[in-house]
Amino acid sequence: MARYLEINKKQTKEETWEEPFYLNMGPQHPSTHGVLRLFLELEGETIVNCDPIIGYLHRGVEKLSENLNYNQTIVLSDRLDYIASAANNTVFALAFEKLIGLEVPRRAKLLRTIVCEMARICNHLLWLATHALDIGAMTVFLYCFRDREWLLNIYEKICGARLTHSYVRVGGVRQDFTKEIIEELYRFTEEFPSRIYDYETLIDVNRIWLRRTKGIAVVPAEQAINLGLTGPVLRGSGVPYDVRKFRPYDAYGEVDFIVPTGKNGDTYDRYRVRMEELRQSNRIIRQCLDKLPETEGEPVLAENAPDLLIPEKVKEPKPQPVPKKGVIFRGVDRPIVPSGEAFASIESPKGELAVYVVSSGSNKPWRLRIRTPSFVHISAIPYMAKNHMIADLIAIIGTLDIVLGDSDR
Amino acid sequence: MGVEKNVVEIASGIKQIPGTPVVISPIDKIINWARAGSLWPLTFGLACCAIEMMATGASHFDLDRYGIIFRATPRQADVLIVAGTVTKKMAPIIRRVYDQMPEPKYVIAMGSCACSGGVFKTYSVVQGVDEFLPVDIYVPGCPPRPEALLFGLLQLQEKIKREAKKWGFWR
Repeated sequence: MARYLEINKKQTKEETWEEPFYLNMGPQHPSTHGVLRLFLELEGETIVNCDPIIGYLHRGVEKLSENLNYNQTIVLSDRLDYIASAANNTVFALAFEKLIGLEVPRRAKLLRTIVCEMARICNHLLWLATHALDIGAMTVFLYCFRDREWLLNIYEKICGARLTHSYVRVGGVRQDFTKEIIEELYRFTEEFPSRIYDYETLIDVNRIWLRRTKGIAVVPAEQAINLGLTGPVLRGSGVPYDVRKFRPYDAYGEVDFIVPTGKNGDTYDRYRVRMEELRQSNRIIRQCLDKLPETEGEPVLAENAPDLLIPEKVKEPKPQPVPKKGVIFRGVDRPIVPSGEAFASIESPKGELAVYVVSSGSNKPWRLRIRTPSFVHISAIPYMAKNHMIADLIAIIGTLDIVLGDSDR
Repeated sequence: MGVEKNVVEIASGIKQIPGTPVVISPIDKIINWARAGSLWPLTFGLACCAIEMMATGASHFDLDRYGIIFRATPRQADVLIVAGTVTKKMAPIIRRVYDQMPEPKYVIAMGSCACSGGVFKTYSVVQGVDEFLPVDIYVPGCPPRPEALLFGLLQLQEKIKREAKKWGFWR
């Protein structure tokens, strides 16, 4: 060992003849959260360069939705970010409602907000579980999945699906909450803060956790904005940007919540931000539940909401008296969706999720563009991973909270 | 001999003499019994179904009680659970992972995407993993519930218990 060090000392940087060591990480790797492939250039165990290669889960959702009508497209949106499907459903529905010009009833807005925040809790629990598992804390994984299962059961009572619930529809939601669901949600919101406390006692002051997260992948606020980061990753750097506060959609304008921010912009701060968001989500659900009795009996779907299978055109009704003998008035075809374009963005659990849709007047989108947070976050990996160890790369992938279905679309 | 009267059948076709470490059985049955009891799947998530696969392995639907433990490397795995959409870019890698697994090996196609392509009938999606892998069990659903995956794994165990002369000629 000593001799090796001596040789190393003698060699200056110019004299080293060794080529850099290239390592291929993924797409089959248990902690790349799906099928992300990272091409690493290493010097010893330090990352000199990192090149993310994506597209292993490209399913052509944008192209596929050009051949499906608006309500059918929402079903595809479930499979984008499959951990928080409700958020995806909501952004699609918001864009289409803007296009058609629908006003969503208040009760539907409240229900959507509840479902979205449940999705946020689901997402953050899964994030915490996998992030902790990658770093080496097995117990947190089991604890988080226990509570996630509770939420998934509530989802199942709401709409029948655990993961891919197309509960949100263009013009509202599919059906109302039953009394049982509301009671169950009350029970959950009462219990959940103590559960968050449980997770924090497990890892908050854990020495290994602190070593693996503090000072890892520091992103200053300015750099975070330049990289295009959004969501908890941006807020961890101290920028209080949240679409729920800046452009309130659904019922976020009428609920009270805090946007938590970090200071240092390292992995630990992002973890703190997400843990605080869990509490705030719980608060939002509680407030919406308290507001539900005010809207008791209201419809959950707008009156002029289109059918599930949107017809391309509707016929204007016939004028009652037949005008002339022998002439049949066939009525005028009127397109159900006006031509034009619409843009909607929401705060999905991972960051800002946006949809831009162009309509040519038919019942299908002419072009649909989805701006997903994971795609942008993956592009930040090379910056964050520079001069870190390989083991820290796992923490970086975890802290960005990326889902490859979301990024590749 | 009084021994045969006292034997206890511990699994179908496998008999043990109580109090002794002796098992009486045809050799293929005993090998199949051992194989079915410790299926080690590969931790290989592709898309949405991987989340349900994780849920199956986690606290609520504990897979460990069936002797099913997730392994992170194909070299130690027996079962490849193809959980999610298989794209044309990903297909050669799945094939390579399958080739890296030691025999005997089994494949479970989990979810409608892996079974038949599902809703994604597009230019980039392989219409079913059975186009390039020999699939043993199909678990339909989008995504299948954890119970469905558990049922699929139990069906695979039944299938393994019935097979003979598949992986070698020991008799």
